[in-house]
Amino acid sequence: MTDAAKDAAMSPAAAISDSTGMGYLQTLPRRLVTVYLPLSIFLFVLLFPFYWMGVTTFKPNDELYNFSNNNPFWVRNPTLANIEKLLFQTDYPEWLLNTMVIAITATFLSIFASVLAAYAITRLRFRGAPTVGLLIFLAYLVPPSILFIPLATIVYGVGIYDTNWALILTYPTFLIPFCTWLLMGYFKSIPYELEECALIDGATRIQILLKITLPLAIPGLISAFIFAFTLSWNEFIYALAFISSSEQKTVPVGVLTQLVEGDVYHWGSLMAGALLGSLPVAIFYSFFVEHYVASLTGAVKE
Amino acid sequence: MAATATALDPRSGAALEKLGRWLDNRTVLSVLFMFPAASILLVFLTYPLALGVWMGFTDVKIGRPGIFIGLENYISLFNDGVFLLSVFNTIVYTVVATIFKFGLGLWLALLLNHTIPFKAYVRAFVLLPYIIPTVLSAIAFWWIYDAQFSIISWGLSQFGLIDRYIDFLGVPWNARWSVIAANVWRGIPFVAICLLAGLQTISPSLYEAAALDGANSWQRFRHVTVPMLMPILAVVLTFSVLFTFTDFQLIYAITRGGPLNATHLMATLAFQRAIPGGQLGEGAAIATAMIPFLVGATIFSYYGLQRRKWQQGSQDD
Repeated sequence: MTDAAKDAAMSPAAAISDSTGMGYLQTLPRRLVTVYLPLSIFLFVLLFPFYWMGVTTFKPNDELYNFSNNNPFWVRNPTLANIEKLLFQTDYPEWLLNTMVIAITATFLSIFASVLAAYAITRLRFRGAPTVGLLIFLAYLVPPSILFIPLATIVYGVGIYDTNWALILTYPTFLIPFCTWLLMGYFKSIPYELEECALIDGATRIQILLKITLPLAIPGLISAFIFAFTLSWNEFIYALAFISSSEQKTVPVGVLTQLVEGDVYHWGSLMAGALLGSLPVAIFYSFFVEHYVASLTGAVKE
Repeated sequence: MAATATALDPRSGAALEKLGRWLDNRTVLSVLFMFPAASILLVFLTYPLALGVWMGFTDVKIGRPGIFIGLENYISLFNDGVFLLSVFNTIVYTVVATIFKFGLGLWLALLLNHTIPFKAYVRAFVLLPYIIPTVLSAIAFWWIYDAQFSIISWGLSQFGLIDRYIDFLGVPWNARWSVIAANVWRGIPFVAICLLAGLQTISPSLYEAAALDGANSWQRFRHVTVPMLMPILAVVLTFSVLFTFTDFQLIYAITRGGPLNATHLMATLAFQRAIPGGQLGEGAAIATAMIPFLVGATIFSYYGLQRRKWQQGSQDD
């Protein structure tokens, strides 16, 4: 896809920036110093931890703990021992499965609820709809850090402590506000006239939602889906507080709490765990970069 | 359009129709549509929020219901050196990290706003730290900050800049700077990409007009870029402050509050007291103490949004 198409996907007004503006006034040497050099440093610093994660994963222990005889930035004898230990001597496959199940279920649940709520707020316009919209935005501003203690007692009281349900039902507390807010923006951009036509032709509201609004809002749905999926995959504090047995944990919690034995840090397997846990999100992300950027910036600009 | 909506009189013809028509009653449908989201949010968000505030006034412990003890939790917290230290840490962490995130993030956004080759790929890579699970990248930082095998120490000593390895996480101020650096690293992409979106909406003709009027590059930045970017900056700033202030995972992964509680934030202290410590009431009081700061940030955001609409001259929809 061309650059222009990507920018256009981000924001309609972005088309303006494709004209070079006054960029032609800058000479190449000047651009090298003022643009490319700082940009390379930024990229190096932002990406280095991932490189380091990858290099460490494939290092045998003698290279890992001996910098004087080896160049630490490269692997001389790559090994899969760290990954093997992770996959066959820990509960890592279970964590991966749990994370996947929880992320997907919580995402679908949240999108279902958000689509209905966003449609009701923007299209049915019941009395008090703008207030409800504002309240949902405020709900997004309530951080998990102040909710997890009372939620822990509720989760325990309901009897879902230490099960996947504890997370599937609590993740929507931050997914629904975000997705609803995002979808409201998309629904507002769909011309109302289309729905009026359908109404005149005798369609019911539910038919309109299913056959007109949703197909037109597919980019928004994809954005909401990938954002919700990544947010659930990354969630940490609820998973730490509501899950206690090792085989029920999610990847971030499992890697941090189960791979450290006392004071012995198995850096190789820790990094392998971090790398493998990041890959699904990274791959997922690489397919939907434009949607991701659009939803991120769209939600802020709304 | 309003006419169509009001023409759907709840009763007219509805008696003859089947379920679909009954559902066309806007009130019925609204209630039905709002029900899933509202019930989840009320049960798992609003109720816990209220319960948390209430728990802060009780001495509830894990496995034992509490009784109302008024402000005792708060009084004991205000005489608790660790709590006061955590408030200090949280404020330092938020203020310093935010300044760096926005300084560097704005710079990165301005760089990305130039015409550069492979712009889409560069932008995709820039956003990576934001999408990779924070805890997992925090573990990478933990390893980078290792006392014995830190790659930073190794690099600096190769260049002869230091003769002893830096104890990144063992000394209070080193540890604070280290976690702030990790937080800034994670926060820059979000700030940069959002501000880039804002920059792209600024018409180049404004810069050209300013240049014709004799403005130099700093004046163009100060009097064109900054005012045009202000509304989005306010919103991004609010989000950033909110999530930095309540940060938990980065600290928990890298230092768990150590050394000597030097990196304990209010969120990590609340967790430590409530879950492993069992003092749910006290933990809830610490968490509740964060709320006033969050309300302040939210009000700021609200006015940021208002200002944007006013600036664009668009009607409030």
